[in-house]
Amino acid sequence: MESTSIFFTSFKTTDLWFLAEAAYRTLLISGISISLGTVLGLIFGWLLHEGRLISTFILSPFLDIFRSVPLIIQLVLAYNFAPIIGLNIDPFGSGAIVLTIYTTALVANVVRGGIDSVGIPMRRAARSLGMTYWQDMIYVVSPIGIRAVFPAWVGVALGVMKDSALVSVLGYVELLRASQILITRTQEPFLILALAGAFYFALSFPIARFSERLEKRWSQ
Amino acid sequence: MIEIRGLHKYFGEVHVLQGIDLDVNKGEVLSIIGASGSGKSTLLYCINALEGIDEGRITVDGVEVHAKSTDINKLRQKLGMVFQQWNSFPHLTALENVALSPRIVRKMSRSDAKKLAARRLEHIGLGDKLNSYPNALSGGQQQRLAIARALAMEPSYMLFDETTSALDPELVGEVLDAMRLLAEEGMTMICVTHEMGFARDVSDRVAYIHDGAIEEIGTPEQIFSNPKSERTSRFLANVR
Ligand SMILES: Nc1ncnc2c1ncn2[C@@H]1O[C@H](COP(=O)(O)OP(=O)(O)OP(=O)(O)O)[C@@H](O)[C@H]1O
Ligand SMILES: [Mg+2]
Repeated sequence: MESTSIFFTSFKTTDLWFLAEAAYRTLLISGISISLGTVLGLIFGWLLHEGRLISTFILSPFLDIFRSVPLIIQLVLAYNFAPIIGLNIDPFGSGAIVLTIYTTALVANVVRGGIDSVGIPMRRAARSLGMTYWQDMIYVVSPIGIRAVFPAWVGVALGVMKDSALVSVLGYVELLRASQILITRTQEPFLILALAGAFYFALSFPIARFSERLEKRWSQ
Repeated sequence: MIEIRGLHKYFGEVHVLQGIDLDVNKGEVLSIIGASGSGKSTLLYCINALEGIDEGRITVDGVEVHAKSTDINKLRQKLGMVFQQWNSFPHLTALENVALSPRIVRKMSRSDAKKLAARRLEHIGLGDKLNSYPNALSGGQQQRLAIARALAMEPSYMLFDETTSALDPELVGEVLDAMRLLAEEGMTMICVTHEMGFARDVSDRVAYIHDGAIEEIGTPEQIFSNPKSERTSRFLANVR
C-alpha cells in the first residue's frame, strides 16, 4: 500500500487549477483557429461562390481534402511533416495551423451556402437601386446570408472546440490531455471526466446561448 | 429619353432579342406585351444593364448604357425597376427597405433618408406599415413597398416587369392603382404586362413583342382595336 501512494494521490484543489489552465489552452487554441478560420473561410467561401475557374478546379478539391480527411490524421501528418521541410513547430503551433485550415474548409462551405442562399432576383433588385457590387454584398447579401447560415457556423465553431481535444495526441496539454494525466495519477476517472465535461460545457454554453438569442432577435 | 438601336442579345445559342429599335420619350407610358419567352424581361434588363448586350446601342438621356466608360451604378439611379418577385429585403423594416439606398447610394443622412422613405411609403398607402417587416406584409403591400423603394431614388424612368403576375388576384388592383397614380404624376414608364386592361387604359403606346422583335407598336386603340399584324391579333385573341 505504501508504494502505490507514491504514484496515486487523490484529487486536490490544485488539480482543479490544472484543469482550469488546460481549459484555457483549449479555449486559446480553438479561439484562434475559429477566428482565423472564419476570416479565411469568408474569403474562400466568397471565392467558391464566385465560381471562377481557379476556385472550381483548385480551391474546391483542396478544401474538400481538409474537410474529409480525419482531423487526427491531419494533425499527426502535419506534426511529423513539418520537421522534414525544416520547420520546427511546437504542438500548439502545428495544432493551431491544422485546426485553422480545417475550420477554414468548413466555414468556406458554410459561407458559400450563405451567399448562394440570396437569390439572383434579390441581388438584381439591389443592383437596380444603384448599389455597387460591394454595397449589395455588405448591406443585402451579408445580413440575409448570415441569418441563413449562422446556426451552421455555430455548429462548426462548437465542433472545432470539441475536436481541439485531438491536438492532445501531439502532446499539447489541453483539457482532454490534462484529464488523462490526472486520471492516471488519481485513478478517479469519473470525477475527472465529469469535471472536464463541465469545463467543455462551460466553454460552449455561452456561445450556444448567445447564438440562440441572436436567432430569436432575427426571427421577429 | 431612352433610345434603343439595333439591339441583339443571345443567351448562348439562343437569339433572344433580334434587332430591337425603340424610343421612349419623357413622360410616356409604354406597355410591352407578348408571349412568354418572347424576350420582354430581357429587354428591360438590357436597359439598365442587369444583362449585357451583344450588338446595338441603348442610350438613356444621351448616355450609352453599355459603354465601358459609363458609371452604371450612377445611371441605374435614373432607372427604377420593379420585378415580378418583390424582393423585399427581409432583414429590414418597410421604412429601412426604402431608406437603404438613399442613404448608401445617394449618401443622404440617416434622418433625411428616413423622412424621404416615410413620405414615399405614405404616398403609396403604407403609412401605417413603416415599422413592419416584409414577412408581415401581403404580396400586394410588398410590391407597393418595392415601388416606393425604387421611387426613393428619384428615378427619371421606371421599368416594371410583370409586377402583378405573382400576386393573388385580389391583390392585383392595389398595385395597378399605384402604377396608375404614378403614370398620372407624369412618370416615364415601361411596363411589361399581361394586364391588357391596364395596357389599354394607361399607356400612351403599346408594343407587341414576338420572338425577340417588335412586331407592332402603336397607340392602345390601334393595337387593341385595329392591329395591322396577323400575329398581333392572334396573340390578343388568345389572351382575351
Ligand atoms: N439567364 C438566362 N440564361 C439563358 N436563357 C435565358 C436567360 N434568361 C432568359 N432566357 C431565355 O431567353 C428567352 C426570353 O426570356 P425572357 O425572360 O426575356 O422572356 P419573357 O418575355 O420575359 O417571358 P415571360 O413572359 O415568361 O416572363 C427565353 O427563351 C428564356 O428561356
Ligand atoms: Mg419575363
